[in-house]
Amino acid sequence: MKSFFRMSYPYCLWIGVFIVAPMLMIFLYAITNTGNSTLTFQFTLDNFARFIRDPDFIRILLTSLRIALLTTVVCLLIGYPAALFIANLPDRKQTFMILLMTLPMWINMVLKTYAWRGILLNFDFSSEFKVFIGMVYDFLPFMIIQIHTAIAKLDPNLLIAAHDLGANNVKSFLKVTLPLSVPGIISGITLVFLPAVSSFFIPRMLGNGEVILIGNLIELCFKKTGDWNFGSAISLIMALIIITAMWATRKLDRSAEED
Amino acid sequence: MGNVSNKYLAGVSLQKETELETAKQKQPGDISGEPLQKKPAKRSSRIFSSLYLVLVLLFIYLPIVYLVLFSFNEGKSQTNFVGFSLRWYESLFKDRTMLESIYVTLIVAVISTVVSTVVGTISAIGLSKARRLIRSVVLEINNLPVLNPDIVTAIGLMLLFMSIKLQPGMLTLILSHISFCTPFVILSVMPKLRQLDDNVAEAALDLGATPWKALTKVIIPQIYPAILTGALLAFSMSLDDFVVSYFNAGPGINTISMYVESMKRYNLSVNAMATLFVVVVALILLLTNLVPIIKDKKAQKEEPRNV
Repeated sequence: MKSFFRMSYPYCLWIGVFIVAPMLMIFLYAITNTGNSTLTFQFTLDNFARFIRDPDFIRILLTSLRIALLTTVVCLLIGYPAALFIANLPDRKQTFMILLMTLPMWINMVLKTYAWRGILLNFDFSSEFKVFIGMVYDFLPFMIIQIHTAIAKLDPNLLIAAHDLGANNVKSFLKVTLPLSVPGIISGITLVFLPAVSSFFIPRMLGNGEVILIGNLIELCFKKTGDWNFGSAISLIMALIIITAMWATRKLDRSAEED
Repeated sequence: MGNVSNKYLAGVSLQKETELETAKQKQPGDISGEPLQKKPAKRSSRIFSSLYLVLVLLFIYLPIVYLVLFSFNEGKSQTNFVGFSLRWYESLFKDRTMLESIYVTLIVAVISTVVSTVVGTISAIGLSKARRLIRSVVLEINNLPVLNPDIVTAIGLMLLFMSIKLQPGMLTLILSHISFCTPFVILSVMPKLRQLDDNVAEAALDLGATPWKALTKVIIPQIYPAILTGALLAFSMSLDDFVVSYFNAGPGINTISMYVESMKRYNLSVNAMATLFVVVVALILLLTNLVPIIKDKKAQKEEPRNV
């Protein structure tokens, strides 16, 4: 049976070609110019400099961050109570409620966004607000499910102990449930912020051409202008922001634990 | 981006497995691990929380109700419901581009599900027997497409295909789907493999089974549910994908999401198509969820008689 490990060899090759190589190529394109021809390229940081120096690009970046951050916060504010209330239901109702919440996730996200385009025709909102609604809608279930999972895992005896020791509902929530659900909050934030900051079909479908986010900029470079080097550099900048955001959230979580 | 929903679904299905495991481990007579009964909440707060959940559900179901409702609209308007008709279903079945996009979506989903399930299962079994260092490095890399924003995965694959002079088309579309589905199959199969008792397969080999027999008669049957979960996940991810397809399908090849996204004008046939999807998904989920419940109830009814 030891020889079974040979079955993993093809996949090692596979991930080399289909996961590692594409990442390396993005990196290579980002730090070179005229990368379209492999013989004449030169290493340069111009692509990054071009992005940082241009106030238009920085504005797009800030808009993306603002919408993504706002989406994350609102999803958390709507999602936390929902997750908590679901967790307080009796077991059978709880399973049913989770099923109800996850059912629409099986419907294609583009189709649901298309539906919002029709619904929002009835309202006189700004384009940015429409994009924001679309994002909150698409990502809210992730937040609810992640937090619910964390709360449902809690040992109910902890709450009973808190009550026996004289804590009222508010206090036992603040001292027991909330701190112990932080891992769920963190993964919820991750699952909302990441797709929100990199999304590009929601602004395209709901933004009426007025909302351009960083994902749209990347798409523009690859599909319209053909400037792959610049597009790769923007993707790297976006990846860097996401990694930093994750790192900061984890860090916040740790320092909260130490308190 | 569509993938995220399924990334999350991966989490849920894995979680369900382990919950089931722990539930099975608990014996009926064993009450040491049973929590004490929760105090019932006050009536006012119960009403408030139910109301809140109903509002959230309304929000979540609004676009779906909208899609279904307007698919029956007699008029062309997306905002004004005039009267009931089936004309948009009729025009859906006459619209060749839309039917073609459904066909492409299904073909790509089926092929990439089959390939990624087979490749993922074989690789996961291999990895579970590989040295720890190799395993952890491969799994770490395997996680990259899960954590990366879809657009990064998509342009990476596009650059790869361009550099090896592979013209974008059906082949690149299918390859790209296989490459983002396989990691999820591995992620769903791997935990199940870890729970397996190596000695059983070892015993089969000692008793003269060929490695192939040990694999197909001993290992695969034990991890079968996880393989099924992985396959289902791969299928739904492929169906749901927009971003990776958008960057890797050639000109003239459209998946449903690409077709709908690129539409300039509103077309209520899309609502009709969405409604058909809703019906299919609802039927599948109803069946997969009801069958175990009915089985459970039957088992519960029979139990007292046996005692």
